[in-house]
Amino acid sequence: MKALINLIEKLEPNFHKGGRFEKLYRTFEAFQTLLYVKGDVTRSGSHIRDAIDMKRTMFHVIIALIPPLLFGIWNVGYQHYKAIGLEVDFIDQVIFGLTKVLPIIIVSYVSGLAVEFMFASARDHEVNEGFLVSGMLIPLVIPVTTPLWMVAVATVFAVVIGKEVFGGTGMNILNPALLARAFLFFAYPAYLSGEVWVYDALQEGQQFVDGYSGATALAVMFSGEGNMPSDFDMFFGFIPGSIGETSTFAILLGAIVLVATGIGSFKIMASVFLGGLFMGWILNIFAVNDFMAMPAYKHLIMGGFAFGAVYMATDPVSASQTNTGKYIYGIMIGVLTVLIRVLNPAYPEGMMLAILFMNVFAPLIDHYVVEANIKKRLKRMKKVRIQTQV
Amino acid sequence: MSKPIKIKKGLNIPLQGEAEKILNSASRSAKYGVCPPDFHGLTPKMLVKEGDKVEAGTPLFFDKYNEEIFYTSPVSGVFSDLVRGDKRRILRVTIDADGADNHVDFGAADPLQLSREEIVKKLLKSGLWPAIRQRPYSVVANPQESPKAIFVSAFDSAPLGADLDFILNGQEQEFQTGLNALSKLTDGKVHLGVHAENTLNRGFTEAKNVVVNRFTGPHPAGNVGIQIHHVDPINKGDIVWYAGVQHVIMIGRLFEKGIYDAAKIIALTGSEVLNPRYYKVIQGARIEDVVQNNVRVEADIRPRYISGDVLTGTKAALNDYLRFYHDQITIIPEGDKPEIFGWIAPNIDKFSISRSFPAFLMPWRKFRLNTNIRSGERPFVVTGVYEKVLPMDIMPMQLLKSIMINDIDMMEKLGIYEVSPEDFALCEYVCPSKIDIQDTIRDGLDVIRKEFA
Repeated sequence: MKALINLIEKLEPNFHKGGRFEKLYRTFEAFQTLLYVKGDVTRSGSHIRDAIDMKRTMFHVIIALIPPLLFGIWNVGYQHYKAIGLEVDFIDQVIFGLTKVLPIIIVSYVSGLAVEFMFASARDHEVNEGFLVSGMLIPLVIPVTTPLWMVAVATVFAVVIGKEVFGGTGMNILNPALLARAFLFFAYPAYLSGEVWVYDALQEGQQFVDGYSGATALAVMFSGEGNMPSDFDMFFGFIPGSIGETSTFAILLGAIVLVATGIGSFKIMASVFLGGLFMGWILNIFAVNDFMAMPAYKHLIMGGFAFGAVYMATDPVSASQTNTGKYIYGIMIGVLTVLIRVLNPAYPEGMMLAILFMNVFAPLIDHYVVEANIKKRLKRMKKVRIQTQV
Repeated sequence: MSKPIKIKKGLNIPLQGEAEKILNSASRSAKYGVCPPDFHGLTPKMLVKEGDKVEAGTPLFFDKYNEEIFYTSPVSGVFSDLVRGDKRRILRVTIDADGADNHVDFGAADPLQLSREEIVKKLLKSGLWPAIRQRPYSVVANPQESPKAIFVSAFDSAPLGADLDFILNGQEQEFQTGLNALSKLTDGKVHLGVHAENTLNRGFTEAKNVVVNRFTGPHPAGNVGIQIHHVDPINKGDIVWYAGVQHVIMIGRLFEKGIYDAAKIIALTGSEVLNPRYYKVIQGARIEDVVQNNVRVEADIRPRYISGDVLTGTKAALNDYLRFYHDQITIIPEGDKPEIFGWIAPNIDKFSISRSFPAFLMPWRKFRLNTNIRSGERPFVVTGVYEKVLPMDIMPMQLLKSIMINDIDMMEKLGIYEVSPEDFALCEYVCPSKIDIQDTIRDGLDVIRKEFA
């Protein structure tokens, strides 16, 4: 290993200014720092630094994404064979899922990272780790039926328009992964309406079983046609839906990882769930149709609610940045999601739009939280002034 | 007794190498140094020429912008040389000690019988005035101003910080005299911050002419800035002075004996010290003479010498000097070795406030942390981390951003007058984006100071 480091350090000057591969320095550096932590020491300020860095932070989010990812891969196979009425082994279901999901993940990472590397070189800053997470989130929030070229287009759009035009990771207003989904949602609505979200390209001799629709639970509830899956199926995720969103159970496992390591904001997660429950309960009171009368807890296990609450709303950059603001931000996402789902006549899924909407409003929430802090300080000063005058 | 003020936020970094409570005498240094960069914003004007004989208390230089403030020699000997840095800035003024201990006589007096002017004059002449610093800005106090209060913190909560209880032993009388002198400098009160459980020395808990405030909680509870914030916060236009315990003792000696006796007890700490102990030295002693033969030698590991603690101290070489405000020398390993997959490995030997390292499972463990920075600088990404270690009603990230964009109005509104780099040292330590936060705060303070100068 030492020899490898020595070799890399020997190559490094080629990438420095004036070197042969000067333009590729940032790319080189990204792979170099991925392989090992450099021996750079503190020069000013605190002499020791906390062992955590961006890479480890992002890596833990990836770990937290493994349960929904693995479940999603299996579920893609399971739903497919269920749709065509074939009984196959667990292994076959997983293999089928892998052949459909892996290409999407690869396309997402390759297209997104290519853009990231280009911008890092052009702007001459280190490649940020943010996309390691976005690149995994994008495949998990889209249906498996999405064509690969669409994945690529959406990813590039999200990284360029969602992030880089604002200055890169840390500067963006909207959650890039959700922006990719929103792009697809508005540009190619037929693919994301929630009507058929099972891999449906049939080979010769295959056909759907009778009465099978492939619609998501939300679409069923929205249109009033088809069969609602049971709570059990919805909680554990044996239902059609975007790749990673179906299993609330797997998502909760990921949530445990995020909260236990302190990397995901528990404040936001809990507030989103509470907000959703609260709005569902309000709608129950004024219920005039089946959707409004649906028990509030079902919202939490349907569609992308849990996935959005745990992985999307908690994105620290696009979320509210103040502690108080996080509660408001979370509750509003929960409330808006249920509101959009039930009362909006056009779309059955509200999570994506609710989070994007609150992303836009997060700076406003923070503004008022900061103002409150400022007012407190001014009030303290006035009190002292009055005392000294008396 | 008053109810203790509970500091809930903060962090005690568990480092190896806490000093044992054994007092050694360090051998006398052949050279002593005074370092103008210790006094932020100072432009020194030299008063002595190379080869001049000086006594302890002889002025070496004064402040160009405040000509009353003298900086004096801690020992008697010969002014030997001057080390300059960029733009001919004076970095170090060196005295070759003669070991004779000749002191300039400033005249003993009971401070309670003196007027404020007489006390100020004595402090200015003796070179002990710079021991008194002011908030806002954390710079040497302006003798023309009158503070609304004076704060002294009687415990050091910094990592491996010196035990001031132990240091005060046998010097209670001088300390009280020093407090008496301080009490004449303000129309307000002198606040002494003690630890509610760990401060036992009666010289602190039963000090007279002061208000004793009790605190509990992790670092930075011992920082004077945190204590000010919780006892008598600084508003725009307020001035608060503060001084360290050992400097108050020196002020006490000045009034009792009439001399500038710069002897102090420092803790030699850190994982690279073989026998971490307390040493009696003279301010400005050469680090080499304190640490001699007491440093762990290991092939491949270079030690880093720090005057002060690991969070706020000054990086030093062996032939550097103990800095003016420091009660501690820390030695830790340099982290200049690459680590294969260091960011992803379990890293049982690393400490982190986040629970993504196994350190949180071993609360009893002390760590041998090195100086590796672990990552390049990133923009702000993670939120809510600084808030965990800053026990002030201040929004750290918003304040830092206002400094970065140079928004003076916003800095004021967010409370820049209350903060000092040292209060943000833990924020810098925990920052996952590795932003130089202490430097940023210092820049903000400089901008404000210039604006209203």
